[in-house]
Amino acid sequence: MAFIPHTSDDVREMLDAIGVGSIEDLFDEIPAALRCKPLDGIPPAASEMQIGRLMSERAALDGRPLNFIGAGAYEHHIPAAVWAITTRGEIYTAYTPYQAEASQGTLQTIYEFQTMMATLTGMNVSNASLYDGASALAEACLMAVRANRRSKSSRILMPRAVNPTWRKCVHAIADNQGLVFEEVPFDPASGQTVIDALAAYEGQDITAVVMQQPNFFGVLEDVDRATDWAHAHSALAIAAVNPTSLALLKPPGEWGEHGVDIAVGDGQPFGVPLSSGGPYFGFMTTRMEHVRQMPGRIVGRTLDLDGRPGYTLTLQAREQHIRRGKATSNICTNQGLLMTAATIYLAIVGAEGLERVAAASMERTAGLVAALETVPGVKAAFSGTRFHEALLRLDRPVGPVLEALARRGIAGGYDASRDYPELGHALLVCATETKTGADLEAFATALRAVLA
Amino acid sequence: MHASTGAPAAPREPTIFELSRPGRRAEAQMPPRPTSNAVPESLRRRRRPMLPEVSELQAVRHYTRLSQLNFSIDTHFYPLGSCTMKYNPRGCNQYAMLPEFLARHPLAPESQGQGFLACMYELQEMLKEVTGMRGVSLTPMAGAQGEFAGVAMIRAYHHARGDHARNEIIVPEAAHGTNPATATMCGMKVIEIPVNADGDCDIEALRKVVGPRTAGIMLTNPSTLGVFERGIAHLRALVHDAGGLLYYDGANLNAILGKVRPGDMGFDVIHMNLHKTFSTPHGGGGPGAGAVGVGERLLPYLPIPVVGRDGERYRYLDERDLPASIGRLSGFMGNAGVLLRAYIYMRMVGREGMQRIGEFATLNANYLLARFKQEGFDPAYPHRRATHEFILTMKHAARDLGTTAMDFAKRLLDFGYHAPTTYFPLLVPECLLIEPTETEAKEALDGFVEAMVAIRKEATEDPARLKGAPYTLPVRRLDDVRAAKNLDLTWKPLA
Amino acid sequence: MSHNLPADLRYTKSHEWVRQNPDGTVTIGITDHAQHALGDIVFAETPEVGRELAAGDACAVVESVKAASDVYAPVAGRVVAGNGALGDAPEKINTDPYGDGWLWQLAPADAAALGGLLDAGGYEKVLAESAE
Repeated sequence: MAFIPHTSDDVREMLDAIGVGSIEDLFDEIPAALRCKPLDGIPPAASEMQIGRLMSERAALDGRPLNFIGAGAYEHHIPAAVWAITTRGEIYTAYTPYQAEASQGTLQTIYEFQTMMATLTGMNVSNASLYDGASALAEACLMAVRANRRSKSSRILMPRAVNPTWRKCVHAIADNQGLVFEEVPFDPASGQTVIDALAAYEGQDITAVVMQQPNFFGVLEDVDRATDWAHAHSALAIAAVNPTSLALLKPPGEWGEHGVDIAVGDGQPFGVPLSSGGPYFGFMTTRMEHVRQMPGRIVGRTLDLDGRPGYTLTLQAREQHIRRGKATSNICTNQGLLMTAATIYLAIVGAEGLERVAAASMERTAGLVAALETVPGVKAAFSGTRFHEALLRLDRPVGPVLEALARRGIAGGYDASRDYPELGHALLVCATETKTGADLEAFATALRAVLA
Repeated sequence: MHASTGAPAAPREPTIFELSRPGRRAEAQMPPRPTSNAVPESLRRRRRPMLPEVSELQAVRHYTRLSQLNFSIDTHFYPLGSCTMKYNPRGCNQYAMLPEFLARHPLAPESQGQGFLACMYELQEMLKEVTGMRGVSLTPMAGAQGEFAGVAMIRAYHHARGDHARNEIIVPEAAHGTNPATATMCGMKVIEIPVNADGDCDIEALRKVVGPRTAGIMLTNPSTLGVFERGIAHLRALVHDAGGLLYYDGANLNAILGKVRPGDMGFDVIHMNLHKTFSTPHGGGGPGAGAVGVGERLLPYLPIPVVGRDGERYRYLDERDLPASIGRLSGFMGNAGVLLRAYIYMRMVGREGMQRIGEFATLNANYLLARFKQEGFDPAYPHRRATHEFILTMKHAARDLGTTAMDFAKRLLDFGYHAPTTYFPLLVPECLLIEPTETEAKEALDGFVEAMVAIRKEATEDPARLKGAPYTLPVRRLDDVRAAKNLDLTWKPLA
Repeated sequence: MSHNLPADLRYTKSHEWVRQNPDGTVTIGITDHAQHALGDIVFAETPEVGRELAAGDACAVVESVKAASDVYAPVAGRVVAGNGALGDAPEKINTDPYGDGWLWQLAPADAAALGGLLDAGGYEKVLAESAE
């Protein structure tokens, strides 16, 4: 009996105490017609040894390709200490810190995380995480509608250069509440969002303007102008940012004259493995004036009965367990374990390490573009300054090229042509600090062979 | 069982920022500094973020020490009602964290993910089997997102039939707060109905509110009151006849695993909390995983991606395969690593083990309830069987001694037990919602009862002692009012 | 149980009180009973000056650690003032619910509408019924 400790003596004593003859009697309130048959579709139990073998075989099927895909999830070095600590039972198997006195470890970690995310984004306050970057952007849009009292339209300007999957997720979540999204085009030469296109909305009621930095193509946007435009037109400014890039780039809190109102992103680059897409975590920071409109848990420092400092969940009156139908969001469980990993990651690498990771990734990607552009049939698509991703144009459909590269042990990028048919055969590639000069050469050599 | 009294307080663990010294760093963890900086002047960061500057050892020691301030399943009995704090097998973690799984990029070609995708496909199939549903999507990242997916599918179903009038979701007043919050998030209006004195839904009240505006009803069964909704068949007929759909909140699925299937009860859509029933860790507040299952009518609306199989090959089904889908709820496919853990757990438990989960979770809860009755505690629903959990009300102690359910909860911490869920559900005064789970041995349950008896004795002799609890934890009771009024949400250096 | 219910005020079932001012405006707050039920108040948000309210609009929020409660406009009208002092001292709602703890002032669209509100006796009855 997997994980059930009862001996037959235990069962007998327990049934006697209850006053029933069998375990089956405990289900006597359930109508007999509803009782289910044996679960033949579930395989018989496997021991840990057996399942360990099966999983190892399955993992081997996936292999370990040399990875050049980014597009929202980035391969970075993770210090061994990060997950050695994160998987300690006291962290891994704790519940949400509702009993503050028995959860000071989790709560202080969240307080430290909030501090780190606030300083990185240049904002006042952070929550304790959301599910991922895509859903965090959706929550930011819903929050903007609540926070921007001057706007009644629920209309949000959303650049086409924002991660296309995130945009789909925003629609799936926010359309239900009647939000309307207007697409802002990008310049086909530079890959930057056309800020002048915002002029089309002069004089209209706009709730918020979203900017992603760097954008989906890895290109740096003119975020100052976009932010100032938003504020000049009574709209809130929402930033979606790559957290690693914040080591080098101006933080959202300093964009334009006044900084943005809400900053979000996916925290995966901070110590979270790629792991087929999750679990990652979303982060959200804002200005203090909007804190009551922010979704998700928030930790505050306070004092105990003896006047000693301690940590507790606060501002809970925003949340579903108190506000029910009027809560800021239905979110309760978030991504605590990943938030913990990120906090430990940031503590270990620090500002210096993060700057080096960001700069090295930027340099590697520049090197990758240079190496791949030597391959006939490959050209960089955009002239704008890149962070650690680049959009390439190939002379033929991308899908079969990626399959051919996969057979050579290379995960060669993301086929962006489905999301952006106007770009032709578009391949989005990424190289982080994990890639060596030899890796870049290996990719170029393989691509040359595939395209030959 | 001895609660220590007035032990000297452990020294406070400083914040990581207070350990920081300019110039200190973990050199082994960073690449060499590149010579170039191609960021245009106007976009450059001017001031460094205030991240800590500590050695690797300092970071390791700090977070290890912080971890030691927590209660957890691995260290304490954790009878937290509605949360299903059962053992999280270590093997699930180890084999979900094999290097190939961790390194796999979510957008890697499917040919480089057949091992992972096979696990996901089989997980979908197993979840269909245990719930009796026709289709499953694994993408929702927590129970609340699963609820969202469920209500969004109900909405999409009505809209696809041209029925735009159905904008009301019925929720029993005992429901978890996420139910009404979810309905609102989906643009629905919430209609609450009462429960009767025995804990069943008030069918007459339901009859009054169902109609052409009813999109659906959200139910937990067993309910949050720790009892099985006996009128489920009647309730289903009422809602279905009115044209509404039934939503099953899987928070309490552990109670009926292998005994009753939501699909057989007539539910059209359910979410499961894989981090409860299928034992993936709670992680101090997530990640969860809120897979959804649907019956025939809602199959076209499942959130994408879903994992499909063409012959021997597994692949993601997306917009092209499910054009009526409610869409994507995450950047990729949700909490994949959590899903792997649930898969491993289900395989280790197996067919027969799955049925024993419901049985032994129920046995443990009913045994605890019987022991509490013997000791003279007050169950909220004394004439009902417990399911996998039950409620005690401490209203008599509150009235006679002035000690609240919260005081009992805090004192339990001193005795080395995590507190049960307090003050939920709201309609039972001074309540403790207790869920032992199937993985606890009889000795742990007996110890817990003894602790409650000892605390009640204390409450009669020295109620002030309870009011001041806990005494032996890293902090004593915290000032929540101060926390909310003088918001201190980030660490700031002393000027 | 006796309630602190000044006789010169009007009341609503949703626990607001209304004071008629000599200049024709009204001042609105929450009753002593309501502040008791909420517990220590940590935050209050009042409607923007100039906003036009319909009777029954949820236009203010009063928040304690364990609860948040909407406050509704007892009658229709335009907001002429909000109690800014609550920003730093929301506890005034606990300590002086009918005085310094007021929430906002309104210029009623129709002064006669005030006649439809409860007097102290009527409100006391509401409280007695809900206590059962």
